[in-house]
Parts: sequence; C-alpha cells; structure tokens
Amino acid sequence: MSALLIAEHNNKELKPFTLNAITAASQIDQDLHVLVIGHSCEAVAKSISEIPNVKKVIHVDDAVYENYLPENFTPVVIKNSENYSHIICSANTFGKNLMPRIAALLDTSQVSDIIKVISADTFLRPIYAGNAFATIKSTDVKKCITIRPTSFDPAPTSGGSAEIVKAEKGESFTLTKFIKREEVKSDRPELGTARVVISGGRGMGSGDNFKLITAIADKLNAAIGASRAAVDAGYITNDHQVGQTGKVVVPDLYIAVGISGAIQHLAGMKESKIIVAINKDGEAPIFSVADYGLEADLFEALPQFLEELNKLNTIQK
Amino acid sequence: MKILVAVKRVIDYNVQVRVKEDGTGVVTDNVKMSTNPPDDNAIEEAVKIKESGKAKEVVAVTIGEDKAQETVRKALAVGADKGIHVKVDGIIEPLAVSKILQKIVEKEKPDLVFMGKQAIDDDCNQTGQMLAALLNWPQATFASKIEVKDKSLEVTREVDEGLETIETNIPSIVTCDLRLNEPRYASLPNIMKAKKKPLEQINASDLGVDTKPRIEQIKVEEPPKRKAGIKVASVEELVQKLKNEAKVI
Repeated sequence: MSALLIAEHNNKELKPFTLNAITAASQIDQDLHVLVIGHSCEAVAKSISEIPNVKKVIHVDDAVYENYLPENFTPVVIKNSENYSHIICSANTFGKNLMPRIAALLDTSQVSDIIKVISADTFLRPIYAGNAFATIKSTDVKKCITIRPTSFDPAPTSGGSAEIVKAEKGESFTLTKFIKREEVKSDRPELGTARVVISGGRGMGSGDNFKLITAIADKLNAAIGASRAAVDAGYITNDHQVGQTGKVVVPDLYIAVGISGAIQHLAGMKESKIIVAINKDGEAPIFSVADYGLEADLFEALPQFLEELNKLNTIQK
Repeated sequence: MKILVAVKRVIDYNVQVRVKEDGTGVVTDNVKMSTNPPDDNAIEEAVKIKESGKAKEVVAVTIGEDKAQETVRKALAVGADKGIHVKVDGIIEPLAVSKILQKIVEKEKPDLVFMGKQAIDDDCNQTGQMLAALLNWPQATFASKIEVKDKSLEVTREVDEGLETIETNIPSIVTCDLRLNEPRYASLPNIMKAKKKPLEQINASDLGVDTKPRIEQIKVEEPPKRKAGIKVASVEELVQKLKNEAKVI
C-alpha cells in the first residue's frame, strides 16, 4: 500500500511545514503520493512533483477550494483514500482542523502529532504538554496521522519528477462559509521555521515594550514569539504564541524574555537547541531549561544586549 | 436554543505530571484533577449566550469514571441547567468519545455543541472535529470569538497565520480557545444550588457504542532531560557565550 499526504498551500505556494510532513510520511511509506486540493494551484502541484520523495501528485482543482474549509476538503480526501494505508498531514492548525474529520468518517482512531516514526504502525508522540512521551501502536487498517513538523527535517524541493494526475472534485458542503482571513504580514522569518526566536512574556509590561524585542529580532534575523500571558494581555497577536496550545518551535537559539516558564510554555520551546532566559526572578522555572540564564531587569538587559550585538563584527543570519 | 457542552476531567494544569516507573502511564493517584481548561471556556460561553437571551438551556456532558461527575457539577455551579454523565472506565479514545457524543446529540437535540479545542492530557485535538464529521455538521474550531446570529454563527478562529472568520449554519460544533472568554468562578451558594440540579447517569455500554481502544499504548516514558545550564553574570558574558561557546549568533 501507499501513503497519501494532504498538502497545505495558499494556491500559490506550498506551506513549508508540508515539506517536514513529507519527510515523516516517506519514513512511513516510500510510495508517497500527495493530494493537492485548491483553486488555480497548478504551480503548487508542479512544485510538489519536483520533491524527490513524492512519487505521484493528485491534483483536485475547483473554485470551491479557493479557501480551505475542512468540510469541503474531507469528501475529496475520502474519495481518494481507498488505495492508501496511511492518510497524513502536518499537525498545525491546518491539519488539526482537517484530519479528525477525515478519520471519523473512515472510522479510524487518529494518531495526532507524532514526533518519531518507529515503524509503519508504531509512533512516538508527546502527551501532557510534552511531560511524557508515549510509544503507541495503531491497530486500525487505515491510519490517519498528523506530524509535528518541527520534529522532522524539511524534504528537499528539487530533483524529482512525479507524475501529476487530475482528480474530480468532491461533494461541496454549503453550511459553512469562509468570510475572511486576517494574516499578519511580516518580513521576518516564520516563527515555526526560524533559526532564532526571541519571545516576550508578561514581564514585557506592554505591547509598546515589545519594540525592545523587535530591535534585537531585526539584528538576529529572528522570529518573534510570546507566551500566552503576553497574548492574553493584548501585547501581541495570537499568531506569535508559543506553547502547548500555540506553536511549537525548535530553533537553534530561543531567547525567552520576561517569561516565567509555565509548563504550557515550555511545551512549545524546550526542544530548542540553545535556550537563553532573561528574567529578574532568579527562581523562575524558565531557568531550569535554559542553557544560559541571565538574572536581570529586562529593561536594562535588552538595550545592553543590542549594544553588545552591535559590537560584533559578524552575526549569523 | 439549546447548547450542549462537553467537559473532560483531566490532571490540573498546574500539576507537574510524573511518569509511572513501570512505563504504563502517568501518576494520577492523589493528584489534583480539574476540568480541562478550554472546556471551562466552552461552558462560560454557553452560559453567556443563555444570559443574553439567545439560548434557553445549557446541558453539560462528561464521559468517564464516577469521579468525572465533578466536572459536570462544576459546570452546573457556573450556570449549566442539567448534567449528563456517561459512565465508562479505562482509556477512551476521541473517536469513541465522539460516537458517544453523537448518541447524546441525537437524544438531547441541541442546536449547538461546544467543547474545548484540545484536552491537556492526551493533547489529541480531535473530538469536536470528529463529532462534526459524524453528524455532518459545520465545525468552527479554535474559536476566540462567537457571534450568535439568527440561523448561524460568525466565529473568529485562531489559526497559524493569524485570525480567520467563518460563518456556520446552526446546528454547529464549536471548539473553544482559551482566549474566547474569562471563565467565572463558582460561588459557594451556586455550588450548593448545583447539587440540586438534575444529573442523569448513562452507561456507555447502553448506548451501543464500541469504546474498545484502537491504539495500543506500548510505553510511556520521561522525555529526555535537558542538561543543566549556567547563569551568566552579565549581558556581555551572555553574548560572548552565544558567539564563542554555543556558536549560534
């Protein structure tokens, strides 16, 4: 049997996490096919066909798929699922929204958010906000799996030439209407894939004070993250939240500023390669996961940090 | 309008979870349990809609062992009118939960079903979407704002890129984000009053749903520990360490 992966894209470009999911999916089954559902998204289908791990691209194109709704995507996936042992997508808000709807209709107990492929039916996944790792074996004939993207390297994007097959649209669902998406445009690297992330917490005190973080992010070409407390307080928008119910990040360098380090926040960043904590409370739990802890007032430390960075001859980008 | 809210009893979010030495799960004996946090938001939202006059009844349902009733009692204490406890022992997966909820929906005929977007124990994030699939209803997941209109909901959803707004016809499933609202606390008089509210008990086996797990849990282990780091004395030292020792900047 083969595996079927559902691509995430915006009709123009493939979303980067699909590449991580492709790596995991081809560890499960090398005969990996990718389903692209969208509108006027030939370029996306073509770019996927060039990924060496991908053996076949199934392209479903219709105006109804202009904006992604799981209610519309699910019938297409079900229709195309017959010859596959595994249905796979990334465990971000795209896949989390979609996969359970598919799994329920296939009468399959979904395996969410895997971080390691042990075999075609056995996987490792974090539970309890990453405070425990469970090794689990799926006994369903058809398996629905979502992949934690940051736990797998992105697949290479060139060198392949898979065939692209057109498939028919599925039944439309008329009871849900897409109205709008407010995307926060930014020139910075994406939070999920950035090499460096600098995050602010409640200790920042205000949204305005985040400019101290922005200045350093500019210097380090970093993405900006936040704790739930900072988002709840309105200092910054929700797409910056790192943690159990936000995004999971695994950068080379994670700098936590004014973040106490609740287990829910640690769940989203503790796999980072190097963690720096800046906090005036020396007892803050964030220090227990930090490689380098600086006990200091962030309002003094951040301007100094920028000054020290300015003194460096070179900075990795 | 009638709103059904599903609530789950989980290890309290403040508890540092410990893995059992025999690798069969996590320690739950003598550990504080609470309602799954976003389920509190789901109850709060349903009660607020009722208070605004747009709903007549709020029913809270939980699935689990006897003690799961505590979560229903708590929901009753903050404003739900009626409780349902579906009794089942042992591990029950989201697929089985959604099948049980489907039976409850058929029986109670709610116009809306609310629940938290994710349970903080198994972190599956599946049940609402699965229930929507089984009922062939619209699903508004990860909701941070809900506006009730005549025959539909306008829901703002938190997605990776920012915010998304969708409109779903009623009946509809909504899974709630923590930012949807600020759950109220139960006052002592309301806790006392909740004890008199109706709480129906149903055995899962009587609903004709197969709850046998499809996923075998082979082992549960501690995640790899990070090795202890150091405290630096100054910003200058920090930057030098990052440059020359960690080599990340």
